[in-house]
Amino acid sequence: MAKAIEESNRRMLRARDAIDRDFALELDLPTLARVAHTSPAHFIRVFKATFGETPHRYLQRRRIERAMYLLRTTDRSVTDICMEVGFSSLGTFSRTFSTVVGTTPTQFRQLGALPNAPSCFVKAWTRPSNFGEAR
Amino acid sequence: MYQTITRSQLFVLDQDQARDFYVDKLGLEVSADLDLGFMRWLTVRVPGDPGREILLEKPGPPAMDEATAAQVRELVTKGAMGGWLCITTADAFSTHQTLKSRGVDITDEPSPKPYGIDFGIRDPFGNAIRIGQMFDTPPG
Repeated sequence: MAKAIEESNRRMLRARDAIDRDFALELDLPTLARVAHTSPAHFIRVFKATFGETPHRYLQRRRIERAMYLLRTTDRSVTDICMEVGFSSLGTFSRTFSTVVGTTPTQFRQLGALPNAPSCFVKAWTRPSNFGEAR
Repeated sequence: MYQTITRSQLFVLDQDQARDFYVDKLGLEVSADLDLGFMRWLTVRVPGDPGREILLEKPGPPAMDEATAAQVRELVTKGAMGGWLCITTADAFSTHQTLKSRGVDITDEPSPKPYGIDFGIRDPFGNAIRIGQMFDTPPG
């Protein structure tokens, strides 16, 4: 039983790594389920049981985290950053950003530049904690 | 007061598989592989850097009870145990190609950062490893 959980965890982690790596692409459920060697319906359920949130929500947080990073480290336009992180609509991006972060992208940018740190830690620790909780 | 860090530790689920990965795929070398009776002492190191070893430890009794070991294994496979290595290389892109050709899980493709060019991989168990071609200026 324990072995089965560990193998399932590792497969789900592989799919989560794919989200982290390919967040800007059009990642659909069947693609991620294939990475995890499972069916789409089973994938959503097991992913949520493993990491506490659905793959879609994890993907949204990853995209918003990247947007937060780009807003603070570049002078690219909000629209440009919106497209760069995988959103196709500026309206959806702005609404999602405000819901997750609690400020608009432009207000968030005013926080200023980030200090340098290994990017995997920046990714993990600057990610908004969850929808509506990142304040 | 201190001189250097000589050893650090990662939890692995299978030491034979760990040895295969860290040596044959990642390109480290075995520093020690000893049956101490109570445990297998398996350490690896970067070739040419004998001062720093990584202990590849299998969680389990009697060091920890089986229930705790199961929790540790679960966290490792979720990527949540916190085991993490950062290894430097002279050429991040070339190392990335080599590891990719050996079937290593690439979690993050190489890209330039303020501190260097680096990429991410995972070992077969879920531990994260960062490989970087670092610039001279340290992060900070």
